[in-house]
Amino acid sequence: MPGPTAPDGDFMPDSSRDIVVMKGIDKSFPGVHALQNVDFSLATGEIHALVGENGAGKSTLIKILTGVDRADRGTIEVDGKTVSIRNPLHAQEMGISTVYQEVNLCPNLTVAENILIGRQPSRLGSVDWNSLNKRAAEYLRELDVDIDVTRTLGSYSVAIQQMAAIARALVISNAKVLILDEPTSSLTQHETDQLFKVMRKLKSEGIAIVFITHFLDQVYGVTDRVTVLRNGTLVGTYETNSLSRLELIRLMLGRSITDLDDMTAHKIESSLHISAETLIEAKELGLSNSVDPFDLKLHAGEVVGLAGLLGSGRTEVANLLFGVDRPDSGQLVMDGKVVDDFSPAASIERGVALCPEDRKVEGIVGDLTVRENIVLALQARQGWFRRIGKKRQMEIADRYIKLLNISTPTADQQVKNLSGGNQQKVILARWLAAHPKLLILDEPTRGIDVGTKADIQKLVLSLAEEGTSCVFISSELDEVLRTSHRIVVMRDREKVMEFSGKVDEKEIMQAIAGSES
Amino acid sequence: MKGNRRIWARLTDSMLFLPTVALLLMLLVDAIFRPGFFTLEFKDGHLYGNLIDILVHGSPTMILAMGMTLVIATGGVDLSVGAVMAISASVAAIMMNPTIVGMNLADPKLFINNPQYTWMPLPLVIIVPLIVATLCGLWNGVLVSYGRIQPMVATLVLMIAGRGIAQLITNAIQIIIFNDTYAFIGNGYIVFPFALYVALALFVVAWLIAWRTPIGLFVQSVGINFRSSYYSGIDEKKVKLFAYAFCGFCAGIAGLIVTSNIRTSDANQIGLNSELDAILAVVIGGTLLGAGGRFSLMGSAIGALVLQTMITSTLSFGVPASAITAVKALVVIAVVLLYAEQVKNFTRGLGNISIPGFRGRGGSTLEEVAQ
Repeated sequence: MPGPTAPDGDFMPDSSRDIVVMKGIDKSFPGVHALQNVDFSLATGEIHALVGENGAGKSTLIKILTGVDRADRGTIEVDGKTVSIRNPLHAQEMGISTVYQEVNLCPNLTVAENILIGRQPSRLGSVDWNSLNKRAAEYLRELDVDIDVTRTLGSYSVAIQQMAAIARALVISNAKVLILDEPTSSLTQHETDQLFKVMRKLKSEGIAIVFITHFLDQVYGVTDRVTVLRNGTLVGTYETNSLSRLELIRLMLGRSITDLDDMTAHKIESSLHISAETLIEAKELGLSNSVDPFDLKLHAGEVVGLAGLLGSGRTEVANLLFGVDRPDSGQLVMDGKVVDDFSPAASIERGVALCPEDRKVEGIVGDLTVRENIVLALQARQGWFRRIGKKRQMEIADRYIKLLNISTPTADQQVKNLSGGNQQKVILARWLAAHPKLLILDEPTRGIDVGTKADIQKLVLSLAEEGTSCVFISSELDEVLRTSHRIVVMRDREKVMEFSGKVDEKEIMQAIAGSES
Repeated sequence: MKGNRRIWARLTDSMLFLPTVALLLMLLVDAIFRPGFFTLEFKDGHLYGNLIDILVHGSPTMILAMGMTLVIATGGVDLSVGAVMAISASVAAIMMNPTIVGMNLADPKLFINNPQYTWMPLPLVIIVPLIVATLCGLWNGVLVSYGRIQPMVATLVLMIAGRGIAQLITNAIQIIIFNDTYAFIGNGYIVFPFALYVALALFVVAWLIAWRTPIGLFVQSVGINFRSSYYSGIDEKKVKLFAYAFCGFCAGIAGLIVTSNIRTSDANQIGLNSELDAILAVVIGGTLLGAGGRFSLMGSAIGALVLQTMITSTLSFGVPASAITAVKALVVIAVVLLYAEQVKNFTRGLGNISIPGFRGRGGSTLEEVAQ
């Protein structure tokens, strides 16, 4: 294990170029000491990665820098002047702009309106639409995006929406500092590359960029420096190139990741438990405009990985198996019976569970407590008359909080106050509590720290050993490889390949990419 | 002090905090400026007094608020409860006395000044209007959940049509109610006014339905995030259907009480603007209009009392009854202000500054460090 390649905390390439210097930042929320004495500095013309597990304090630090929250202690200097950032608007006035993970623009307005709203050019007191559209198009062209800006934002892909958000961030504040909060989590590889090009261009214009991501590839692909946070404390700031990947992971976790290698053994062992009985079988199951007819068979205790790019039809397969969508061709057979009732409620009754892709929209019920979130599916399955008593709810919640190591002060904490990774665990707990025979996990590790990822992967294999089948969907190929006994590759809404036994990563990549590569 | 502070924080975070404080404040004002406001008289086995007036006149709103709470918690609203009250009243009246509508079913001599007369047996006179009202609620629920129409628009249909339907039922005639037993519902006393017992019973029923079955959890879950609820296997449509049907049922009861109280079926007046009172009571009680989610039946009940206390006190100050709506508007403004996040933070913070000279939990701020 190589030692740290730079002294902790005090690495500064050229402090005269620092545009933002945060010193001794401290912040507590009820029950959580989110940041303890954290220093952070940002130089003009650099791309600076901010990494750490969930709950490390990245979001809190950013919120303080953008004026959403205020620090309990510590100073912030912008451009050499000590400032107190009152609110997001104030931050923008100082040239600090943020693009959040979820694009928070208005999808029903045009792209141009979204970019320039609040700064619209006017003529004789009314909006000058021609010049508005022209200016918006120019801003986008500067980012190498050439689209019709008079169409509504919602009609474009998330990537384009992301670009529009960046354009807006640059326009409204004449930004000197641009904060990108996990902008790539829903982008394809190509779109990510495009974003990186834009980032490098902005960097060359002297803009300082803070880049938050969970993908290590991206940290190495585009950033100059990296600041690592862990449990609310600063681990250090390093030059990206001088830090090995393994070392970076070690810094983030504070422990070695040999655990991950144990997975292989675990997987081989669990494959011995796969039963010969078919649990669920899809025969030519399909839905027009969603996914082409496919065959899929799952045995009890088997983990099938669904690999493929975003939009390749992975989620659509999950939705058909779980009954969110009703197929218009083929049939689904479970436990030897043809399924004719397609709805989540009926699927749960059959013993199928889906951990959906979009945690915020389809997963958590934010205002409810951790306990209520965990018992929700079980209660729905029990029906309207057999209420699970409070004591029993407590027992169930406590058991899964312990089992999945969910960090929450109490089971009666509202789930919206938990970090993303812990929210994901709560949703997992919800499904585990319902004891499904088939668990479908759609991107269960997206936006989740490395440690939790390993936990979830291990959990999947333990479940398989106990006889639960699992469909594991992920954009990260190595994760699919690590957990799945069999891998199905989706491309362009079609099942293109199925791998079992010993598989070669390269072959799968080729299958995912298609013939042209 | 730390313990006190925590108790204060828990108190102010409770949904019941603001409505209870509002109620106590109003009673305090009455106690100071209206000596005799709290006087209770015991006459002929009945209790009389302003407090009793508040309870009896507040009962219909309290009853409506029970159903409205569930509807609002699902993220909806029911504008038709006033009209449904009128329908329920008309149905009950016509079942007791159909003659006036031109159906020659009975000799007028039978019922004029006959305090026992009713065409249909009384249990039916109670049950049928409640069934009709529940059906009205179901209709709203179908439009909202299966028709996917905005609740505001969907229930507007029945709000407008309802009074017309009520008029059609009674042929646009106000039917006078002679039956004394029926009139007991809205006028009778068993020490306390009978209507109060009805309201209490309904509160208990609503509470049991909400918290002794999973329905309360489902309603909140659907209101907070209907997609997550759907993915968790909750039939979100049925949950909404139930909430609206229950709301209709409550409106039916309120209609019976009012028509019994005034001993006539006045389809133009019964339940007029009641939907607004009910919504206001629920909002005072801390359930979020529009957003839905967490709800408190007790809060809504207190909310109804706050509203009625305000009306009764204002009247006792000599403000003409016709000006009451202006005072209600003040309540609306007060509610909007009190539930603003800033004010909530302020009340929460009050726990910290109880000892002058000591710093609160905020510690030093950025500016102070900078200096």
